Amino acid sequence: MVPLNWYIILSAIMFSIGVVGFLARRNLIIMFISIELMLNSVNISLVAYSHYLQSLRGQILVFFIITVAAAEAAIGLAIIIAFYKNNPTIKVDEINLLKG
Amino acid sequence: MDVTFSLGLQDISAIMPELAMISVGLLLLMLDLVVKRKEIIAIIGVAGALVALYGTVSVYGMSESQTVFADMFLLDKYSCFFKIIFYLNVIFTICISFKYMAIEKAAFGEYYALLLFATAGMMIMASAADLMILYLGLELMALSTYILAGLLRKQARSNEAAVKYFFLGAFSSAFLLYGIALTYGMTGTTNITDIATSLFTLGIHDSPVMYLGVIFMIVAFGFKVALVPFHMWAPDVYEGAPTSITAFMSVGPKAAGFAVLGRVLFEAFGSMQPQWSAVLVPLAILTMVVGSVIALAQSNIKRMLAYSSIAHAGYMLLGIIAGTPEGLTSTINYLMIYTFMNIGAFTIVIMLRREGFQGENIEDYMGLAKSHPMASALMLIFMFSLTGIPPTAGFIGKFYVFMEAINAGYTYLAIIAALFSVVSAFFYLRIVVYMYMKEPQNEIVLTTSGPAGIVLAITCLAVLIIGIFPSILLSLANFSILG
Repeated sequence: MVPLNWYIILSAIMFSIGVVGFLARRNLIIMFISIELMLNSVNISLVAYSHYLQSLRGQILVFFIITVAAAEAAIGLAIIIAFYKNNPTIKVDEINLLKG
Repeated sequence: MDVTFSLGLQDISAIMPELAMISVGLLLLMLDLVVKRKEIIAIIGVAGALVALYGTVSVYGMSESQTVFADMFLLDKYSCFFKIIFYLNVIFTICISFKYMAIEKAAFGEYYALLLFATAGMMIMASAADLMILYLGLELMALSTYILAGLLRKQARSNEAAVKYFFLGAFSSAFLLYGIALTYGMTGTTNITDIATSLFTLGIHDSPVMYLGVIFMIVAFGFKVALVPFHMWAPDVYEGAPTSITAFMSVGPKAAGFAVLGRVLFEAFGSMQPQWSAVLVPLAILTMVVGSVIALAQSNIKRMLAYSSIAHAGYMLLGIIAGTPEGLTSTINYLMIYTFMNIGAFTIVIMLRREGFQGENIEDYMGLAKSHPMASALMLIFMFSLTGIPPTAGFIGKFYVFMEAINAGYTYLAIIAALFSVVSAFFYLRIVVYMYMKEPQNEIVLTTSGPAGIVLAITCLAVLIIGIFPSILLSLANFSILG
């Protein structure tokens, strides 16, 4: 059986990749995918803890996270499309109308 | 672990205000299809908020707090106090939106429904007895406000505000979840009171993993209340979003963020107070310094008020850092006062907007006192209050927060806060100087409306009355925390 530690380390690595991806990549879609990666790394650790602790709370939270992530994707992509109609770019460096 | 759960009448009656908020919101979505006059939709929205307000006020005085839905949802005086802030916030916002959204050509019915949904999310956050419910409330609030920020979809500014708010908001909620996952792994529960018990029985309150979990949660809540260095989104979003939504966002999500910060840090991680205070102290200092100093350089009033709201978050944080119930009392007292003065100031800002004129530059306030003495006098009161000059309410708010910080031994924080309040006087009073001591440059026509007038009257009276008789609000805040 795979020990708990491995799952937690996997989750921590995935979360870090997500954070670095969010901060380093300059494309809105890639940044969005990075956020999804972070959320799913949390799901992995929650399920692992839930199995380890023999408690269902973690898995219930995972269902909520998946549902909310779907809603978030719908809203996020809609916002990106609304944005793209006015300024045809998805490069973050070019989103600089508001600054100061 | 087995959980038996049956839905009872008690459960339903405890969430009546939330149910009222959400069902009126759903009703508005349907009415939007048939009702052409959007004012009617707005009035029904206000009515829904008033019903919920009545529901909350009628249970406010109860002696026992009750947890319902299998310890998921907590109805207590603390949450009731915050819910009153949220109702005031949503009612004021709807009142000042009537004319403004018509001018912006964005009089959509969904606007009012989303305001109610966002408020329901905040209410659920304030009442959460479990981190899962807290997360769901936070997302309900956040997802609704992302849309509201980008509601003017023809304007590039509003689009950009929504994109920035969405990305940083989603990023921060991932941190919240990671913090929740770590806490769950260590304590085996997500219930806020059970976490406190587990920390004690397992003796893990100084374990590094718990420390990390708390830091991640502070990062996530810090994004919501715009603490430096998690504030980058605030000025851009406040500037780009519709002004009415800026007013809404500068109070609601911030108050909700403080509600959960107070709840989670004091109840779940009360035994880790030295650790989280040590994290919050540098954040508070940075927040006060950056907020006050960068506000000096702003020429757009919405952006200036964004930095001002960042600085105010820093002052409010002092009460939390103090780590005592009295400190928390001073913070919620400050939040209520901030609600009145900030929405009052934004109401004046919104009145300057008219067809073909933005009215967002600080220069637009030049000589306002000559043409509109009444509006200038009100703006003067709000600016004095935001600075913290007696006899306005802002002084009372700052006074008690500073006093609690000193009582808890953080004298240097109170000194820094007082120094940067002086710095903030420069940019608040600059507006006053422009209004009263400069010659008008271009003619200003105010867009007045009845509801906005009512909002101004209520906020101005509240600022003055609380300033002169602070005991009214203080005893309410005391009652909410100490019982």
